[in-house]
Amino acid sequence: MEAKIALAGNPNSGKTTLFNELTGARQHVGNYPGVTVEKKEGTYIHNEDKIHIVDLPGTYSLTAYSEEEAVARDFLVNENPDVVIDIVDASNLERNLYLAIQFLEMGVPVCIALNMMDVAKSRGIEINAEKLSTLLGNPVIPTIARTGKGKKELINAATKMAQERKKKGPLTISYGNDLDEAILEMEKAIKASDFLTDAYHARWTALKYLENDKQILSKGEKSNPSVSARLEKIVEKVSLHLQRTLNIYPEAMIADQRYGYINSIIKQGVLQQKYDQNRLYTSDKIDKVVTNRFLGPIIMIASLMALYHFTFTYSEIPVGWFESFFGWLGDAASTHLPDGLLKSLVVSGVIDGVGGVLGFVPLIMFMFFGIALLEDSGYLARVAFMLDRVFRIFGLHGSSVMAYIVSGGIAGGCAVPGVMATRTLKSPKERLATLLTVPFMSCGAKLPVFALLVAAFFANNEATIMLMITLVSWAGALLVAKFLRVTIIKGESTPFVMELPPYRLPTFKGLAIHTWERTWQYIKKAGTVILGISIILWAMMTFPGLPDSRVQEFENMRETVKMSAEATVIQNLVTIGESTKLSKKVEDLQNQLIVIDRKEAEEGLRNSVAGRMGLALEGVSKWAGFDWRTNIALVGGFAAKEVVVSALGTAYSLGEVDPEETGSLSETLAKTPGWSPLVALSLIIFTIFYAPCFITVVMIVRESGSWKWGLFSMAFNTVLALVLATLVFQIGSIMGILGS
Amino acid sequence: MEKIMMREMKDNQSGVISAIKVGGELGRRIRDMGLVPGATVKIQGRAPLYDPVAIRVMGFTLTLRNNEADHVEVEVG
Repeated sequence: MEAKIALAGNPNSGKTTLFNELTGARQHVGNYPGVTVEKKEGTYIHNEDKIHIVDLPGTYSLTAYSEEEAVARDFLVNENPDVVIDIVDASNLERNLYLAIQFLEMGVPVCIALNMMDVAKSRGIEINAEKLSTLLGNPVIPTIARTGKGKKELINAATKMAQERKKKGPLTISYGNDLDEAILEMEKAIKASDFLTDAYHARWTALKYLENDKQILSKGEKSNPSVSARLEKIVEKVSLHLQRTLNIYPEAMIADQRYGYINSIIKQGVLQQKYDQNRLYTSDKIDKVVTNRFLGPIIMIASLMALYHFTFTYSEIPVGWFESFFGWLGDAASTHLPDGLLKSLVVSGVIDGVGGVLGFVPLIMFMFFGIALLEDSGYLARVAFMLDRVFRIFGLHGSSVMAYIVSGGIAGGCAVPGVMATRTLKSPKERLATLLTVPFMSCGAKLPVFALLVAAFFANNEATIMLMITLVSWAGALLVAKFLRVTIIKGESTPFVMELPPYRLPTFKGLAIHTWERTWQYIKKAGTVILGISIILWAMMTFPGLPDSRVQEFENMRETVKMSAEATVIQNLVTIGESTKLSKKVEDLQNQLIVIDRKEAEEGLRNSVAGRMGLALEGVSKWAGFDWRTNIALVGGFAAKEVVVSALGTAYSLGEVDPEETGSLSETLAKTPGWSPLVALSLIIFTIFYAPCFITVVMIVRESGSWKWGLFSMAFNTVLALVLATLVFQIGSIMGILGS
Repeated sequence: MEKIMMREMKDNQSGVISAIKVGGELGRRIRDMGLVPGATVKIQGRAPLYDPVAIRVMGFTLTLRNNEADHVEVEVG
């Protein structure tokens, strides 16, 4: 048979493990429409059964306060799955049943997987599954997701439920006389006018009105304002009464009573506990060390350094493979394609663009593997716990640290995986503020730019300046985050109330699936949007080419040089291989030709769209000390920050400069009039803060769910960078420091 | 028996929640996690900067910022 099953449950209840266990590699990840919550789907095939499984986001409750909970709720109502499997952590039964009760109250068919039976047993907890099943009136199947135990029984029970499709009314809990009366009155009004009854049970709607659920209230308001107003009036009355008599809001009363109901079930012989419930287990003993006042921070720094090292050092080898592959591909295309636009498009636009983007793949894989390891083991929650006090000052969350570190909080990271790393943050405002500010960190692509400028102007203080750059990046990111949190992303911080899950050894399967999902998402993006933008950027730096007459003039110059040389020298020039020792004359001739080529490239770049932009921007940028050449390089830096170096090379007629070998360029800059240590400093500041590279922008769009934030980061960051660089340059000029 | 706010509780001190004095999202989150009147809590420890606080309730560990723990009234023995 075919069936559609939804998996639901608390975070850390083993839901994802069970999902992986059931679907294996047959899963794919998407997004719920309009929100950034992930939607995971998969298929379970067994004999003739083909079961479509949707993994709902892990939640503790079903309020409308968080996107995850609203999504889970809407899914159950709109998609109407045949069965909901609610994964309940047996070692933590009371709190986990709280969600189960809410499903039952919605009236959806629930099959409970009583998971982690092994953990419960080791904690001296014994659960009578049959008894629980009788009391709840729904199947309860003991499972151990990590080993796959109980998997078959669970699916059998769920498919049986799906086949029967028995319509069962929603669970009715008593919420005390006052509320019960109000609920009855509301139910009557709801039923009489078929108010939202196509989607929700009358009692459930009544409860949501009492809970002051914004989503349902606005739905009701739209569907039938007069009934909605009547319901609100009933709520208001009972609410006033409850406040006067018991000093409690209906919403609070409902939560309390739900726990009361759970308690009464558990006390009917469902749960036997050998030890004190709050006794300490191995996990808590580990915490005594790991979150210790002195050892905690040391262990944390070591772990973050290890993550960083793992991501950026070990990924170097596969990154190297990618680079050599695309280098080879570029060379092959260069030799086999005829000179001209097509060659330039294929080599500089497509291969360099895609190569640059795919070059990040090993990085992303390594980083997500590392983060998944920290997250699945439970350590990430401890990091958030320890650092929250610091990050809260800036309107962020303890979990923000991971994204900053990966982006280059330790110089040399990358903002692309950094932006993706903000997924571990569950608080929407804090998350947005984090992902908009991580691009300020010193990523690996900015380092060649800094290295170039430092080598040219601050050769004696290299280490100090590099350290200063890192500190300025951090300070800038945190202060801008604070600024955003009190202006455009303002609002109360999301409650921190967070579980510290017990430490668990992550399963390799889980880690592998998690890593692959993220990587694949990135590759898909790279293949579409990013390739398109990379071609546009290539076009901007290529078109319009030099006018034919000018090209002809350069050709004539080359001819003149060649004409003046002796015939044998020309002959040698044509046949020389790389290893041949050149005679002095041949070398001279070759150098003259190269100079002409580079002049042509410089003029071509100046004449291109990017070049014209550079020239046009000179009016503004001169206040920060940048001429048109620097502007072009910065425009090019939007493709990837290291392009700043190679574009500066072209603009100064030095040909293509390899970002790893900047010696000649830094000498040139040091000698060029118009450059001074002050200009270099201003440019360093500008580079730290200006628009992120377009790959990062695309990722910001993806992670924030809106183009608006991508455009914002480009505009805001560039304006901020310009203001700061201008301040540095103007103040420096007035005070006469660092001038040449 | 004396009623104090959770922020004032010492490490390893236990008590029974007597009231949650906040509504809205924060109140809801606190209650959803099982911090309801009648629940027994024990302070497990504090972060290196003394905030947030880690507590033990219903057999699991929960963390709250101090300003959030200010809304939880506990009866201590």
